This record gives sequence, C-alpha cells and structure tokens, in this order.
Amino acid sequence: MITAALTILFHGLAFAMVLYIVSVGLGITMGLMNFANLAHGAFAAAGGYVVVVATRSLGLPFWVALPAAFVVVALAGAVVERLVVRTLYGADELRQVLFSIALLFMAIAGFTAAFGPLQQQPEIPAALSGQIALGGVEFPSYRAFVIAAGVVILAALWLLIGRTRIGMRIRAAVDNRNMAEAIGVDTRMLFTLTFALGTGIAGLGGGIGADVLSITPTYGQEYLVLFLIVVAVGGLGSIFGPFLAALCIGVVDVAGKYLIPEFGAFFIYGVVIAILLAKPAGLFGVRS
Amino acid sequence: MPRPTVRVEPVKRLSVPHPGAAAPSTWRGLAMGRTGSDLAIAILLGLGALATLAFGESYWLLGSQVAITMIFALSVDLLVGFAGIVTLGHAVFFGVGAYSVGIASVRLGWTEPLLGLLLAAAVAALLGAATGVLVLRTRGLGQLMLTMAFASMVYEIANRAKPLTGGADGLQGMVVSPILGLFDFDIFGLTAFLYTLAVLAAVVVFAVLMTRSPYGRSLVGIRENRVRMQAIGTGVQKRLLSVYTLSAALAGIAGALLAQTSQFVGLNVLHFSLSGEILIIVALGGAGRLWGALLGAVVFTLFKDRLSALDPAYWYFWLGLLLAVIVLFAPKGLIGLVDRLLAAGRPKETA
Amino acid sequence: MTSFRSLVLGTAVAIAALLPMAGTAAAKAYKVGLIASLSGPTASLGQQIERGARLYQQMHKNDLGDDTVELIVRDDTGPAPDVAKRLAQELVVRDHVDFLAGIIFTPNANAIAPIATQAKVPFVIMNAAASATTKASPYIVRVSQTIGQFTQPLAQWASQQPDIRTVYTLVSDYAPGLEAEEAFTTGFKGAGKSVVSSVRVPVQSPDFVPFLQKVKDAKPDALYVFLPGGTQSTALMKAYQSLGLKEAGVRLIGSGEVTVEDELPNMGDAALGVVTGFHYSTAHDSKANADFLKAWQAAYGADSVPTFMAIGGYDGMAAIHGAIAALKGKLTGEAAVEAMRHWSAESPRGPIAIDPDTRDIVQNIYIRRVEKTDGGLRNVEFETFKAVKDPGKAK
Repeated sequence: MITAALTILFHGLAFAMVLYIVSVGLGITMGLMNFANLAHGAFAAAGGYVVVVATRSLGLPFWVALPAAFVVVALAGAVVERLVVRTLYGADELRQVLFSIALLFMAIAGFTAAFGPLQQQPEIPAALSGQIALGGVEFPSYRAFVIAAGVVILAALWLLIGRTRIGMRIRAAVDNRNMAEAIGVDTRMLFTLTFALGTGIAGLGGGIGADVLSITPTYGQEYLVLFLIVVAVGGLGSIFGPFLAALCIGVVDVAGKYLIPEFGAFFIYGVVIAILLAKPAGLFGVRS
Repeated sequence: MPRPTVRVEPVKRLSVPHPGAAAPSTWRGLAMGRTGSDLAIAILLGLGALATLAFGESYWLLGSQVAITMIFALSVDLLVGFAGIVTLGHAVFFGVGAYSVGIASVRLGWTEPLLGLLLAAAVAALLGAATGVLVLRTRGLGQLMLTMAFASMVYEIANRAKPLTGGADGLQGMVVSPILGLFDFDIFGLTAFLYTLAVLAAVVVFAVLMTRSPYGRSLVGIRENRVRMQAIGTGVQKRLLSVYTLSAALAGIAGALLAQTSQFVGLNVLHFSLSGEILIIVALGGAGRLWGALLGAVVFTLFKDRLSALDPAYWYFWLGLLLAVIVLFAPKGLIGLVDRLLAAGRPKETA
Repeated sequence: MTSFRSLVLGTAVAIAALLPMAGTAAAKAYKVGLIASLSGPTASLGQQIERGARLYQQMHKNDLGDDTVELIVRDDTGPAPDVAKRLAQELVVRDHVDFLAGIIFTPNANAIAPIATQAKVPFVIMNAAASATTKASPYIVRVSQTIGQFTQPLAQWASQQPDIRTVYTLVSDYAPGLEAEEAFTTGFKGAGKSVVSSVRVPVQSPDFVPFLQKVKDAKPDALYVFLPGGTQSTALMKAYQSLGLKEAGVRLIGSGEVTVEDELPNMGDAALGVVTGFHYSTAHDSKANADFLKAWQAAYGADSVPTFMAIGGYDGMAAIHGAIAALKGKLTGEAAVEAMRHWSAESPRGPIAIDPDTRDIVQNIYIRRVEKTDGGLRNVEFETFKAVKDPGKAK
C-alpha cells in the first residue's frame, strides 16, 4: 500500500514537472507582455524534435541535445518575436489568439511534413534508462531526472529573475513600463529576451518531457489545455505559482485515476474550478 | 529582498477591445459608414445564399453547415464582441443543444424539429444560467479557464453517461420528422439548407434588434466602463447573466440544427477544439459587429472545406497561413477589410 | 524531405483530379470516395489507409484494361460523425462516386451507413471494427476485422496456458474496447479461469501509471489490453516497464494494436515477449506479403512500416477492383455488393474472403509473440486459427 502510494506520488511529480517546465514560460510572457501565445506548445514540440534529431540522426549526446533544444527554440522564439509578435503587443487579444493559433496550425503541418504523423522519441542516455531505488521502491531513473530538472529550473528562474540585473529590469518593466524606459531600460530588447527565454524553456521542457508527453505534430494542440490550466491556476507572471499549480494538478490527476479510474478525468477540472472560484487570479496571481 | 514573483500591473485586461463597436466615436461611425459595410455584407451573403440555392445543388449540405456555424458565431459574438465576456467553452451549449434534440428523438421518440429547437434553446439556456452565475464572478484569463473547465466537465459527463448519450460511439438512430409535417430531409440537403437559412434569418434579425436596443447598448456600456454603468444604476451582473444565458440558448439552437440535419450526435460537438474554432471565426471576421462574425463563419467554413479537399493531409498549413495573413494585413478582421474597401471606393470628402 | 515532396506532389495530383477526365468512349472511369482521418492526432492512421489503397492501385494499374479507378480522398478529422456524414453525402451528390470507402472510427461508419443505403452506393469499410456496423446498411462490406474476431482466439489461447490462471483486463472506454472486454472475458471465463478485475481507461490517456499500479497491486498472471493503438500503446508499454510488471510476474497479452508495427521501435525491449492475437503482421511468411512489403518500401521509403490499417486500405481497393472486373462495365450498387459478397483473395495477411451472409470478413487469426529478428522487433506468428468469422454475428 505504501509502495503504491509512493509510486503514484512519484509519477504524479514527474508529470507535474513536465507541465511546469513547459508552462512557466507561457505564464511569464502572458504576464509580462500581455501576449496570449496559444502556439506556446508548438515551441515545446519544436524542442522535442531538436532533441530527437540531435540524438537520433546526428548522434549527439543527450546532454548536448538538451541545451541545443533550448538555444534553437529560444532563437526561433526571438525571430518570431522580432518579426511578428512585437507588432501585436497591446493589440486586441483576439488578434493575438488568431495569430498564435495560425502559427500553431502551420507548425502542426510543418512538423507532419518534416517528421511524419507518428510520435518521435529521443535517445535517452544509458545512465538514465535503468531503475533507481528510493526508500526501498524502484523507480525509473529517467523520471527521477525529470523531477530534478523541474526543481533546478525553478531555482534557476528564481535566481535569474530575483537576483540578476536583467531580472531586475524585467521586474521593473513589468511593474511600470514607462518608468523603466524613462530610467534607461531598453524594453524592446528586454521583451525579445524574455520571449526567447520563455519559448526556450518550453523547448527544453518538450525535450526533457518527451517520455511523459510524447512528441507528435499535434503536441501543441493536444496539451494546450493543460498548459493554460497551469498558468491560470498558478497566476500570470509568477514563477512559483505555476510550480504549485502543476504539482497540484499532476498529483491530483494521477491519484484520482488510481483511486477511481472510471471518473479520473473529472478530478483535474474539479480542482481547477474550485481554485479559480476561490482565487480568480490564480494562486500567485496579482490580477487575472 | 528580491522578490521571486514577477508582479504585474494591469496594462490591459484580457478581454477583447472592440474594433468597431459602440464607443462614443463609433456612434458617429455607425451613422457614417459602418452600416454601409453591414449592408454590403448582408447583400453579399443574401446573394450567395440565393446563388447556392439556384445553381449550387451540390453545395446545399455545405450551405447548411455554413448557416449553422453562422448562428453559433453570432452567439459567441454577443458575448465576446458586445458584452466583453471571454469564453473558451461555448461548445458546451452547442453540444448540449445537439444532445437535447438527439436524446429527445432517440430515447423519448420526440422528433418534431421546431419544438426540438425550442427544447434545445431551453436546456442550453438553463445550463448557461447555472454556470454563468459562477463564470461571471471572474474576468479575463480566469474566466476563460472557468468556461473551459465547465465545458470539459460536461464533455466527460456526456462521455460517461452512455445509456443516455451513447458515449464515444455517438447517439445513433436519430429520427427527425418532416418540418411542419411537410418537408422531409433529403440526401441533397435542400430541406436542410432552407431550414437552416430560415432559422439563421430569424436569429440574425433578433440579434440585430437586440444589439440596437437600449439593452444591447447597456451591454456595450458595461464592457467599456463597468464602474460607470454601475454608478448610473445599471444592474451589471444581472445583465451579463442574461446575455450569457441568451447566448447559450442561441448556441443551443445551432447545435440542435446540426443534430437535426446530420441526424447523428457525436462527442465532438462538445469538444474543446470546437470552442476554440468558433472563437477563431469571430476573431477572423471581426468581433463586436455581428456581420463580421457572420462573414467570418462563411469564409472559415468554405476555406476549411475546400482546403481539406484539395490537400487532405496538410490543409492545416494553408488555413494557418490564411489566418496569419488576415491578422497581419487586416487588423480589424474581415469586416475591417470591407470597411476599408468601401471607404476607398467613396469620394474622400465624405469618407 | 520526401514527405515535403509528397506534399507538393499530393497537391498537384489533387488539383489534377479536379480537371475533367478525358477518356476514350469505351473506357469507364470509376470513382471511389475514400474518407479517412488524415489530420489531427490520428493522422498516422489515415495516412496508412490512403497509402495502402494507393499502393494497390499502383501495383494493379493495368488489371482493368482501359478502365480507370479514381480515388477522391477526404479528411474526416478524427471521430467526427457529422463531418464524415457530410463528406459522404457530398461525395455521392457532388462527385457521383461509385464506391464509398475508408473510415477508421466506428461512429463515423455508423453515421455514413444511412447515406450508403439511401444512395445505393457500396460502402467498403477499411477499418472500423465494431461487430454491429455491417448491420447498419445492406451496402456495407467490411474488409478489415472485427473486435470479437481477433479477441476470441486470443482468449482461447490464453485459457489453454497453464501459467495464466487469472487475468486483469484493461480496455479503452468506447464501444470497441467494451466489445473486446466482453469477448475476452466470455472466452476466458468459459474455460473456467477467472478475470480478477477490469478497468476502462479514457480513450486518450497520456499516462497509464495509475491504472497499471492498480494492476500490480492485484497481482494477476496476465494483463489483457485493448487500445486504439498509436501513442497510447507506447505509453502503456512505458508504464508496464517502469512499474516493473514483467518482473512482478504479470504477462502482457492483448490485441494487435498494442504492439502495432509502426510503434514497436518506440517501445523497445519492453515489448519483447508480449503475446497478441491479430490478423496481420509484417512478419507474416508468404509471397503476397513479401511482394507487398517490397512495393511498400519502394513507394514510401525504407523507414516506412505498413500496419494493419494499410492492409485494410489495400484489400479494400482489391475488393473494389474485384467487383469492377467481375461486373464488366455493368456496375450498379446492388451488383457491386453482390459481387463483393463472394469475393476472396490471397491478401498479404493470408487468405481472406467475404462471408456472403454477413458481408463481413473471414480470415485467419494469428497468435504472435514480439521477438527480436534481424529486421528489429517483429510480431512473430506461432499459432493460427483458420478462417475465423465474426463471432458477434453468431448470436
């Protein structure tokens, strides 16, 4: 019984961390720039494909492929931001929704043309493909790595936003863009950097999480609801909020399916409705 | 002390600002040229319907699909475009409408189509009122997610309630009586086309009258400045709930029409992707103008049909490209494009 | 790269298809409306069917003399009965097709059935496998498989294994899943063995860990699984491995979708030893299969692997060609159905025929085990149940 509970908790955590890594960037861009990027999941999928190509076709080590996924997707994000997204800041949200959906559609067709409709799996290093014993119970090492990665990314973001100059500028620009510009912060550059960071982390999440959320062309569409839930429940612009929200949703989902398999799908939505009715701006959100 | 949380000032709320709708400047616009666009679109759509009726017998089926989508788009525009309520879960009302007539026919043997529409409207309105009370307590992203979560719940319920809905296999064996006891649904879809057109016409007239009434204007007022409307004594919450309920009823009618004309109901009528699609349609056409949403529904449905026939595997790409081009070159949606075309055709001094 | 070229090519072909057909007076041009799910999460299934159908045409393009058969392909986007029905209606009234074909999902097939009846157009089902579907219209002929057809032999095999005394069943929660659950349970229990518990999981379930943990708690001898295939099967296999069910002594058995060929490489060694009952394996040892595989790889690349979906598309076109050839230019809906009722062939899966009484497929069902061969992981057949009919029709 305890073994079962530990197993459920462990896999719930792994699921939660994948949700967190992919979603946190979406929360930041929506909070900072008010850009509702429904194509966010497509960037995550792109990261997954980078890791697949790097490890399968190019034979690069997994540990090189992951940073590559971050860099490639962040660059792609920066290009898209510079070319189009920038013209839509402050625009009608419906236009943003329309544009990002258009981007998502094109990405789905593009991924299908390039990689086919089947799922693709990255090559996982031998060190992570076995089992690991924790408290007398065996767990897959790779998922333990996923959990660790989630925690590391949370810490890194916390340091970046809370302790560095660039983080300070981001916070300043979020609080009061005009004031930040007046004291010499280049907000245009800052927005590009933040968008690139947000999409880059998503790309990383796509690559790391391919074991949990498999990489298919329709990834960005299939899991969009989950990513939006994490951001909305966590609160826009927050780094801790989505972490808590992802934990909550991941563990509740897995435990619900274990305890009452036939009604498993109700739990997630029940939790979402309860939290949003109690805190409409999300757990850590200042506004909605 | 560094704060790890990025706090955000409300630069702009996540609801929809409204291209052509009735801010003070727009009242002038309405008098000067915007009704021109509305009229142009109305004439265009009317001619299109007539031409399809006369020459396009192989397009009658698609025509009824378009008419149904138009009604659904209109219901969403009333919420998003006029009242400033955002939703990613409107398929729930469409689907509940569809299932209402489906279940009434299959389980209860109630096959009268017009009464079916009323039933669907009533059931959808009831659900709208019940969930609206909760949804309207929030705004922006929270509201968006609540509508989505409620819709997903209902989807799961329909999936589980197999004895009633047929679950994932769909509701089979639906029978629909001839309309008014006279017109049976045929394989060419003529009856379906005329029937959906007639219902569409009624819904459009109703929506136009409603949005021009003091009630409709008060909705726009609430969207533009909620506090002020409250201050001048408007029952804001009550009005929003009423328009939410009304919009749910219209979506229910659209869903019922789909069920009646296809005589089959599947879980896809409740799916999240339908909620997303209808929002895309309203954005494509231009929100807050009714005729924009109607035009968007026509263009989107026709393009989707043709593209998916020409390139069944990759039509998503072309659809995405079309949407992206519209976003970049027609900021106010298709209806904004019509505005510009008409303005260009008119002598400068009167424009 | 090849896929992008096929995109361009496909578009060109589609445009060309819209141009009026110029033919000699004697030659007949037949039209087949193929409806499958070609976009969205189930796009890989539709691609298999379309490729299978086109491959048959390519391999047999001269069989009908000057007569031509044109495929008009439409995307029903997934389980969307209203879309499928409208497409079928349009294919009938706008394109005047002589045959309707394709269909992956049962609800879509059920929605189309009345159109076939009303328009008197033969409707060749290339996948949708719920037993009752053929009863929905006298114009339906099924060339694919039925759930009970491949589940009962597996249940029979499992009940004969001394080391399988108790089974836990896990199926997707929709009609095919429930049919599989019933067919397996009936067959297995009939032999005096016991099904300890049953669980039905959502049709799209990203993670199977919570469900399989429950299975592990129950300690059955075997876990029987029916899933729609695709990413679901791989996700199941991952959970099976990561929870160490094999080590805990729980064998995995199921329908062929669980170890479907195009997902096997993703499953890796976790799939080794899994036993399934099904009608097609790429490892099937016959000349017809060898020719089919060779042509497939020549047409779609060495990396592309056909699945039972492709076989459905391939044999569906074979049945249509068969009917056209038999009727020698005098094609009507009734006559075509009549011709197909007596149709039989040597398919890549083995000998197949249509049951004249039920218009459903009769075929061999093979019990297979996943083994490592020089061609990678394969479903190797080791026991054959000959000429199996759909048991659902016997009731």
